[in-house]
Amino acid sequence: MIVAQAKPIEDIVTMIDRYDKIILAGCKACVAVCAAGGEKEVGILASAITLARKRDGRAIEIREVTLERQCDPEYVEQIRGFAGDYQAVLSIACGVGVQYMAEHYKTIPALPGLNTSFMGGSLEQGVWSERCQGCGQCILHLTGGICPVTRCSKSLFNGPCGGSSKGKCEVSPEMECGWQLIIDRLKALGEFENRFTELFPIKDWSTSRDGGQRKITREDMKA
Amino acid sequence: MKTGSRLEKVLEKGAFAVTSECGPPRGADPDVIREKGKLLEGVVDAVNITDCQTSVVRMSSLSACLILKEMGFDPILQMVTRDRNRIAIQSDVLGAAALGINNILCLSGDHQRFGDHPQAKNVYDIDSIQLIMTVKKMRDEKKFLNDQEMTKAPVLFIGAAENPFADPLEIRALRLAKKAAAGVEFIQTQCIFNLDRFAEWMREVVDMGLHEKVAILAGVTPLKSVGMGKYMKSQVPGMDVPDAVIERLKGVPKEKQGAEGIKICIETIQRLREMKGVRGVHIMAIEWEEKVSEIAKGADLLPRPKV
Repeated sequence: MIVAQAKPIEDIVTMIDRYDKIILAGCKACVAVCAAGGEKEVGILASAITLARKRDGRAIEIREVTLERQCDPEYVEQIRGFAGDYQAVLSIACGVGVQYMAEHYKTIPALPGLNTSFMGGSLEQGVWSERCQGCGQCILHLTGGICPVTRCSKSLFNGPCGGSSKGKCEVSPEMECGWQLIIDRLKALGEFENRFTELFPIKDWSTSRDGGQRKITREDMKA
Repeated sequence: MKTGSRLEKVLEKGAFAVTSECGPPRGADPDVIREKGKLLEGVVDAVNITDCQTSVVRMSSLSACLILKEMGFDPILQMVTRDRNRIAIQSDVLGAAALGINNILCLSGDHQRFGDHPQAKNVYDIDSIQLIMTVKKMRDEKKFLNDQEMTKAPVLFIGAAENPFADPLEIRALRLAKKAAAGVEFIQTQCIFNLDRFAEWMREVVDMGLHEKVAILAGVTPLKSVGMGKYMKSQVPGMDVPDAVIERLKGVPKEKQGAEGIKICIETIQRLREMKGVRGVHIMAIEWEEKVSEIAKGADLLPRPKV
């Protein structure tokens, strides 16, 4: 899923300072699962904003909505009927959702209530961790199912650098060394000998963000 | 491959090579490099110029290389893949060769998290082993990474670093094998304080026959004090400083710890010289360049051979 976290409330209050009638839009997809932008978070944020504005002596009207997904035109259109009555949309979807709001409602400012962080999963209650950078050319079958682009701080392809220590990355003692994980896993799979010793060729990053904004067109699905 | 490298010539002659390093200043003053250079005159076969080591902004390695080249040194251009993509890397390799630089050391570089600009975006378009492949391809095939021909190939002696002390220990010789397969010709190792561990790595290297493909220069650093030893042990990732070394420094009065550190360094070189496969020594006297000549003299490495 796409993992995001709330912006500090002070930042949000500053961002919406000049508005007194806003839509606060959550999303029931990834950001609801990672407890950053679902229905529950919409309610909590609305109360926090109302409280902050009350302290300031300025009332604010907040219309709370939580859409099925903010990355799909049909759901984003669901606020069409009343969007024009508000001065801004504060979206607590991921960055995709905020931009979909901006693209669909040309004259209403779309503001981000979250910092969209990464593609990852949950490790335990309240902890999420990055797994994929969306480089557009998956090599997980060659690296024991562990991604060197994401898990190695330097995205190295040919083994750990000299900063790997007791399974941890030099960047932080809390961070696992991605290459230690890959080596352990290749060994467990009996693939270490042939995989690790082979030179990994230079990667083509043009399928990554480096090729510019990416787009996928499926002719078989087009109407 | 014959390059213009003095280091390559010394190694080919079978002499025990000596290299050292020079960290460029955090400013535009060329005299800092010249002064550091003066301390190394007649003491080393080649001198590394670090490339924004520990991710701290400094004068570029290539510029400092040129300043030392003008003084008669054979500089080793250190190049990290942290700050450059393949376009900049290939461009700098051509530029270095055009300016008469004969040696390159291919590194991934310290992560910017440690440096003075932790907010920076890193590049890592390619890794250090792929940098070796890149330079080799440019030199031997006269081709860019896109397979297009170039007008004149950059003739550089290709080096890299290896850390026998980093985890996982069991892949460290294998990783050297990968570097050898990629085309590296000389290796400078991480600072050696744990001679037993280094000897173990070296045995693996020799067993794999890698010492015949790659000239291994063993890295040494003189410790100035107990504090420096403790710092390197606990704060520098991938550094192995045994307690016995720190205890030995503790055994002498504070004002004599530096001299003891130099003594340890000289003894280390003497032991390294006896190890099969060790073809030279790389003396990294961190901000203590004035001691390199004393160490080289003490270890009976002077005068340097004429090539």
